[in-house]
Amino acid sequence: MAPIVDVRDLRKTFEGGFEALKGVSLQIEEGEILALLGPNGAGKTTLISALCGITTPTGGSARVGGHDIIADYRAARQMIGLVPQEIALEPFEKVINAVRFSRGLFGKPRDDAFLEKTLRQLSLWDKRDAKIMELSGGMKRRVLIAKALCHEPRVLFLDEPTAGVDVELRRDMWQVVAALKESGVTIILTTHYIEEAEAIADRVAVINKGEILLVEEKSELMTRMGRKSLRIELTEPLKAVPEGVEEYHLELAPDGRALTYTYDTNAERTGITRLLQKLSERGVALRDLQTKQSSLEEIFVSLVKEEDAA
Amino acid sequence: MNLTAVRAIYTFEMARFFRTLLQSFISPVISTSLYFVVFGAAIGSRIDQVEGVSYGAFIVPGLIMLTVMTQGISNASFGIYFPKFIGTIFELLSAPVNFLEIVLGYVGAAATKALFIGIVILGTSAFFVDLNIQHPLAMVAFLLLTCVSFALFGFIIGIWAKNFEQLQLIPLLIITPLVFLGGSFYSISMLPPVWQTITMFNPVVYLISGFRWSFFGQADVAIGFSLFAIGLFTAICIGIIWLIFKTGWRIRS
Repeated sequence: MAPIVDVRDLRKTFEGGFEALKGVSLQIEEGEILALLGPNGAGKTTLISALCGITTPTGGSARVGGHDIIADYRAARQMIGLVPQEIALEPFEKVINAVRFSRGLFGKPRDDAFLEKTLRQLSLWDKRDAKIMELSGGMKRRVLIAKALCHEPRVLFLDEPTAGVDVELRRDMWQVVAALKESGVTIILTTHYIEEAEAIADRVAVINKGEILLVEEKSELMTRMGRKSLRIELTEPLKAVPEGVEEYHLELAPDGRALTYTYDTNAERTGITRLLQKLSERGVALRDLQTKQSSLEEIFVSLVKEEDAA
Repeated sequence: MNLTAVRAIYTFEMARFFRTLLQSFISPVISTSLYFVVFGAAIGSRIDQVEGVSYGAFIVPGLIMLTVMTQGISNASFGIYFPKFIGTIFELLSAPVNFLEIVLGYVGAAATKALFIGIVILGTSAFFVDLNIQHPLAMVAFLLLTCVSFALFGFIIGIWAKNFEQLQLIPLLIITPLVFLGGSFYSISMLPPVWQTITMFNPVVYLISGFRWSFFGQADVAIGFSLFAIGLFTAICIGIIWLIFKTGWRIRS
């Protein structure tokens, strides 16, 4: 199946020579949630802006639903909904009018039943006659999503949907995203919160300095690059790491009550059985065992560091 | 043509107008009444007639033009500047609309508002003076063209402006003097010859003159020339707006 978003060698050089996108290629499949991950200034928003028509690309091409974003911009844009990073709403307007405006702007005939469904889905129906300025920050963000969804887009871009949002609202937002995916919308979300990508994305693309560093299934990425650590809690504290287990490069906790072994999950043998056997042979009594997978955050930091070093 | 989008923009802009309908209605009524009190009654009582028309009636076309021009500019410039200022312009740029549809929506709404206020002033004037419009069709045409062309001009200002000061700058520094010096309250023939020549470089003279002709059948300049001037101004504004959207100047990076 052809990707719903197909970006090929997309470039953007701003006046003054700053290269925000250096030949980005990215294929996004229908129905998936792709997290576009990158530090501030990596080019995430520029990429989204170029695809949505806010910024004109200086090179390359992109198609949305098979429509070229420049030559066939009407058809391409009709398929796209955009939720911007900043809350930008007409403060004096009522919620329902703001949403109705957006639908009309995208050329869709008035459909109050659909708007009601969208507003209900976002728990905004009760607020439909409230002026936007009267809403809380979280509600305003929901209005932005409602505006982006009210013309029934197939692809939704969420630019930092949870930047500066409290934890509760963030989880709330994730639920909204999950529900949207259920309804078949393809979602591309930019974030610099790894936690967010980890929680909701199917695939992760890492972008830094205008280049895509990698695009991978989230679970594959975590397995491929993931390292695990085994924490062995001891009944009796040790003064030093026991002899004969040097090959495992164990670390002893400062209080001597735990040993940590870091290993690669992809290695054929992790060596855990032998390690535990050896410890037992040396009379070390174990109280408890814990394993911990390294997070996307650590993977991400190491990727970006590698890139910066190169 | 995405007519649904044009209607959406137009309706949204008009909603802003209807929210403040009372102010929109009352302020022109009051200011027109004040002009009649000051110019019509106080000063006008000392001026007999201007070119065979009572002074009170003579200033009506100029008064309407003055307000329609400034309203057309301020409505359209604010209409497009405000989305830029609060950031909602992103939606316009990411929507499946072209420049013509955006302009039709915004300028159409701004021109409608200006027209409404123009009509309110005309109605208010009827309470103060006897008005006999000799060429009603031409009057409507002039009024419409002025509403549209100055709304187009305001749209350009709104895109050009980077802050609220700039938004006020051109109307305040250029338009108001041009309108006041364009014969709103006097006939060009009342000026000394040197000033008559200088005045001919003021484009507003042609509009007011043409509009006054439609009321009283007399003008400072030939009616055809007035029509040509306003047509030219409209064409220039459309050309500039077309260029703005083609290059994305100050709206699309």
